[in-house]
Amino acid sequence: MSGIWDREHECMPREELEQLQLERLQATLNRAYKNVTCYRNKFKELGILPEDIRSLADLAKLPYTTKDDLRLNYPYGMFAVPLREVVRIHASSGTTGKATVVGYTKNDIKIWSNLVARFMTAAGVTHDDLVQITFGYGLFTGAFGLHYGAEAIGASVIPASAGNTDKQIAIMQDYRSTVLVGTPSYALTLADRMEKLGVDPKTLALRVGLFGGEPWSEAMRREIESRLFLSATDNYGLSEVIGPGVAGECPEKNGMHLYEDTFLAEIIDPDTGLILPPGSVGELVLTTLTKEALPLIRYRTRDITSLDYSPCPCGRTSVRMKKTMGRSDDMLIIRGVNVFPSQVEEVLFSIDGCQPHYQIVVDRKGTMDVMEVEIEVTEKIFFDEMKKQRQFLENVGKKITSTLGVSATVRLVEPGHIPRHEGKAVRVVDRRRGE
Amino acid sequence: MLRLKNINSYYGQVHALRNVSLHLAKGEIVTLIGANGAGKTTLLNTLSAVVPARSGEILFQGEEIVAHPPDRIVELGISHVPEGRQVFKPLSVEDNLELGAYLRYLKKEKAAIREDLEMVYSLFPRLRERRKQMAGTLSGGEQQMLAIGRALMARPKLLLLDEPSMGLAPLVVQEIFRVIENLRREKGTTVLLVEQNAKAALSMADRGYVLETGRMILEGEASELLENREVQRAYLGKEKKEIWER
Repeated sequence: MSGIWDREHECMPREELEQLQLERLQATLNRAYKNVTCYRNKFKELGILPEDIRSLADLAKLPYTTKDDLRLNYPYGMFAVPLREVVRIHASSGTTGKATVVGYTKNDIKIWSNLVARFMTAAGVTHDDLVQITFGYGLFTGAFGLHYGAEAIGASVIPASAGNTDKQIAIMQDYRSTVLVGTPSYALTLADRMEKLGVDPKTLALRVGLFGGEPWSEAMRREIESRLFLSATDNYGLSEVIGPGVAGECPEKNGMHLYEDTFLAEIIDPDTGLILPPGSVGELVLTTLTKEALPLIRYRTRDITSLDYSPCPCGRTSVRMKKTMGRSDDMLIIRGVNVFPSQVEEVLFSIDGCQPHYQIVVDRKGTMDVMEVEIEVTEKIFFDEMKKQRQFLENVGKKITSTLGVSATVRLVEPGHIPRHEGKAVRVVDRRRGE
Repeated sequence: MLRLKNINSYYGQVHALRNVSLHLAKGEIVTLIGANGAGKTTLLNTLSAVVPARSGEILFQGEEIVAHPPDRIVELGISHVPEGRQVFKPLSVEDNLELGAYLRYLKKEKAAIREDLEMVYSLFPRLRERRKQMAGTLSGGEQQMLAIGRALMARPKLLLLDEPSMGLAPLVVQEIFRVIENLRREKGTTVLLVEQNAKAALSMADRGYVLETGRMILEGEASELLENREVQRAYLGKEKKEIWER
């Protein structure tokens, strides 16, 4: 059985929790109003003041924050503290144009570490474990979040970073890693590679896996667990809000406990923006309750899920969120990287200003996500010479890789090949679902 | 044990507390820090009903006390040690202490009052030495001990302390803080401590709140608030140079 990292907060009676949430919400609003111009303007537009919020239900009076707000105030405009108080800067995965910058004060990092320690402890990680982190270390929050959480617990961290699968396996064999951290698809890549190399996962010391960064199914969990012989758990987070550490599974593996002493969660109708009754499926909206550097009020995550308020046998009193069921925008997550179709469009436009019909086809080959971009031939991109055509395709491919951070195969197709829906081309075909 | 929601209080014409929410769990030491005029004293005065709240809720052990008169609040177990000690200077030390048990005296709890007097004397041996002396002739530190002792004579469950370190020598402050910690350890007394000396207060407290011009702007573990640069700058006297340079 696993322990509970912060019993006081994770198992707080609901009534006490609500008092704490109200206090922290009011303090957050006072700070955001005082220090962030964007929020002061939003409040003024609606004619409200922080002191108009007298209960958690009053949250509904507040404006939403979207990724566009973060983008418009790029890079530091939404920070509520001077930059010298910021000790870390991360950015959302995804790249040029779509990047959002997030900052952390010393306390933010401490709180973040302890939130990650909550779900790591719930998954069974202790100070005796060796935690191999296969997320990429960089602007992305995944690696550092798990790294600091594991250190808070006192486990030994192996910052293996992403890629180099053979070396990862060698580390597992030689260092006797007991915990694997990474994307679920990479776990399967590791399993495939072990099979090819003739490495028996049973001879490894792995016992717990913490997977996140992309949506995954129960079928995938079963596959990972049966092939790597470990207990696989899910966790949820997004860099704008904090990174991993918003919610995480307990040993029941039946929904992720959302850390409500630190985040207020609502479910809204993504089209109307209205709050939906408890249990409904809709877009998750989060308000940060402790964050100093980048407080967010009613941030629209664009993730579709539902919240379960029924008590959990594990003893934690927080609400549980279901695995995310999709997005309320057109964002795709490919190999853990956020990709917007509009980014592909920008790339195509930047090349000779062509605006062809295109389609993004995402599929899963074996365990890896693959992206293919199909472009309809137009007069502008019709070449007599095969060499020129090849060059064009290579050029587009390179640009996509450097802009999106994910490689794609680029193909030319005949005019009219891409199906139109009411005159508009269908931009994205995702064949990964339905596992 | 104590729960405040959306308290609004006025100090004369000034809207001194705006929607203040706060809580204390049993046995906790919580400190309230903030600059001069932030509303710290008004908050304590509101709790002890010296300055009644205009609106909001105060729940003490589940009971709504926002409309209670001061004596009823003392009776329920909240004792207030006001800013500047406010001892009765022409009265003797012992008379001051006995006045702290005034409500219990009416209830004829004489034996228990004697016991508590002994308890206060053992906490502050210097008060015993000066029991017959006029309170006005005591030093500042001794007057502070007397003010705390007087509050303890009501057998409080919750002790409200307003600037106990004000104007006292560091060694005396240490002694007083040690007594507060002992009270929590031995009697489980819950303490709400208002302090200008934020560093000393946060070193002793479990949690803290930061009040700024009548609004709560931070809540957190005391160790977290000690690390907060804004708190350091504004209330811990650090980085003064940087402020001047700007």
